[in-house]
Amino acid sequence: MSEHIVSKKVYFVIFGALIAGTLLTYVAALQDLDFIFHGANTVVALTIAVTKATLVVLYFMHVRYSTRLTWVIVAAGLFWLMIMFALTFSDYFSRGWLSYPR
Amino acid sequence: MEETLATPSETPRVNYLNARYGLKSWLLTKDHKRIALLYLGGVSLFFLLGGIYAMLIRIELLTPKGDLFQSQTYNKVFTQHGIIMVFFFLIPAIPAVLGNFLVPIMIGAKDLAFPRINLLSWYIYMLGGILTIWALLSGGVDTGWTFYVPYSTNFSNTYVVLAGLGVFVSGFSSILTGLNFIVTIHTMRAPGMTWFRLPLFIWSHYATSLIMILGTPVIAITVLLVALERIAHIGIFDPRLGGDPVLFQHMFWFYSHPAVYIMILPSMGVISELIANFSRKNIFGYSFVAFSSIAIAVFGFLVWGHHMFVSSQSIYAGMIFSFLSFAVAIPSAVKVFNWSATLFRGSVSYDTPMLYGLGLIGLFLIGGMTGLFLAAIGLDVHVTDTYFVVAHFHYVMVGGTLMGYLGGLHYWWPKISGRMYPESWGRFAALIIFVGFNLTFFPQFVVGYMGMPRRYHAYPDIPIWQVLNVMSTAGATILGFGMLIPMVYLIWSMRYGRAASANPWALPGLEWRTSSPPPTENFTVTPVVTWEAYEFAPPEELKVIGKLEPRDRADYPPDYPAYTES
Repeated sequence: MSEHIVSKKVYFVIFGALIAGTLLTYVAALQDLDFIFHGANTVVALTIAVTKATLVVLYFMHVRYSTRLTWVIVAAGLFWLMIMFALTFSDYFSRGWLSYPR
Repeated sequence: MEETLATPSETPRVNYLNARYGLKSWLLTKDHKRIALLYLGGVSLFFLLGGIYAMLIRIELLTPKGDLFQSQTYNKVFTQHGIIMVFFFLIPAIPAVLGNFLVPIMIGAKDLAFPRINLLSWYIYMLGGILTIWALLSGGVDTGWTFYVPYSTNFSNTYVVLAGLGVFVSGFSSILTGLNFIVTIHTMRAPGMTWFRLPLFIWSHYATSLIMILGTPVIAITVLLVALERIAHIGIFDPRLGGDPVLFQHMFWFYSHPAVYIMILPSMGVISELIANFSRKNIFGYSFVAFSSIAIAVFGFLVWGHHMFVSSQSIYAGMIFSFLSFAVAIPSAVKVFNWSATLFRGSVSYDTPMLYGLGLIGLFLIGGMTGLFLAAIGLDVHVTDTYFVVAHFHYVMVGGTLMGYLGGLHYWWPKISGRMYPESWGRFAALIIFVGFNLTFFPQFVVGYMGMPRRYHAYPDIPIWQVLNVMSTAGATILGFGMLIPMVYLIWSMRYGRAASANPWALPGLEWRTSSPPPTENFTVTPVVTWEAYEFAPPEELKVIGKLEPRDRADYPPDYPAYTES
């Protein structure tokens, strides 16, 4: 399998994007975004974090230039993460369903 | 079993054990077989240490009063027993020792795909072990092997971070081993070794590797978060800071329940080999047994909430986890039924490895069935944190893993060491261990069901409770004695045992078609596999290859069908 050569420019652009994401996270954390909806700060922080992680996986870990088998492996990892989230949230979301006599 | 294939000319003068000498040749080796022996040394030391802690626990519980330890010392003793046995013996024992040695040989490869990473994994494992022992020597840790918050983050004044760091580090060893196995099995199978000709030992190690890679990072992150919470108070698990202690349990058990399958799946692979080969029959339902390993690996990830039925977890989530926990019993039962069907009308021989194999079926059956008790929410609430649970998981993890490990070690010992162990001592020890194990843990089911809680150094002075605890301690003594017997005779046999032939059991697997012990490169000619897994043939039709001297190569016809020159 031939190795894909990634130019330095791409690495620097991605690095810049990651730094920008970090700064954006910091700035967003200083704002109270609850006027949009309750918990908006968390959503914004997580969105930036997921975007940064995706950039790292695609470019720094070369997944974008890798074989389909590698894509399958990455997808399997994400799928397992989804299992963990889904079953964990099945607990958190349903805790209030049962009313207890007081 | 009679040896049929050994001839002096088939035993190479140079093998992996004597190819090079000196400490450096071992510490810098990239040979998977030598690395397996390094792991064997490591896990044996940790097993001995964990066993000493187990004996201390049993001695303390001989009487109702806390005679031997203060309560906090006892907390440290059972914690350290658990941490060492789970993370440094049960998880690595079969994959890192037997898997490392056999995966390449059984698929006809010269080594694992990443030999340097393989050696690195051993160093990481030892580093994790040393860090943990450092924590023990510094004063120990008392959180239980589960590191439950908020005790571990807010209250314990013991060496939680250091012990957690040891567990964190050793997890990378697991990940690297799993990665190595998956790549090796995908890319380095010998010509003709199709997926459905793979020995079931390989299928089970493939499934185990999937769990290692997908699950281990989660425990590493979880333990790291405990350390950060403890040091920096970041508020992941602490409700005062907006965290949730139950989240820790979700994350911990997301790995630690599948970890049970990291322990038991390789053992199931060993038993599949033992049952088929010592019955001299093709395994009943090969593809069902193979895919049940994958099914266990997948379902094993979906059931962790059954550890949390009393943790304030939502009852609705509990019902889902309960249902899924019942479901995971299906692929496990497929294996047990198929092993039993394989025995039916087989030509069964009761050599030492087979005794361990049969013992495992019985113990795993009890462990698995009592697991169904615990999957039922109502009953689980009654026996949570009692000795019933302790007995259940020891039947699964020790009865399952330890019996498989010992069975596999005896079965492949001629291949590993080039020497036979004394068969009569082997059978004697297997029986002693089986009796000792049952006497240790069966009374714990009873006393646990009667309400005796785990993790206390003293218990109420109820006569029947003490009787059951005395039985348990007596059993542990027999079990400990039984464990010393193989330790002694296996070491003895390395020097004084009868030289083993290449195929002392007269079996068809690839590992039995190279010399005992194998040459460094496993096979001097690349094997071409033309036979199915467990395809038994008359012994005279089996040929043995290895690192043959040039003069011996003439003994083989040039067009010998099973092999081609590499």
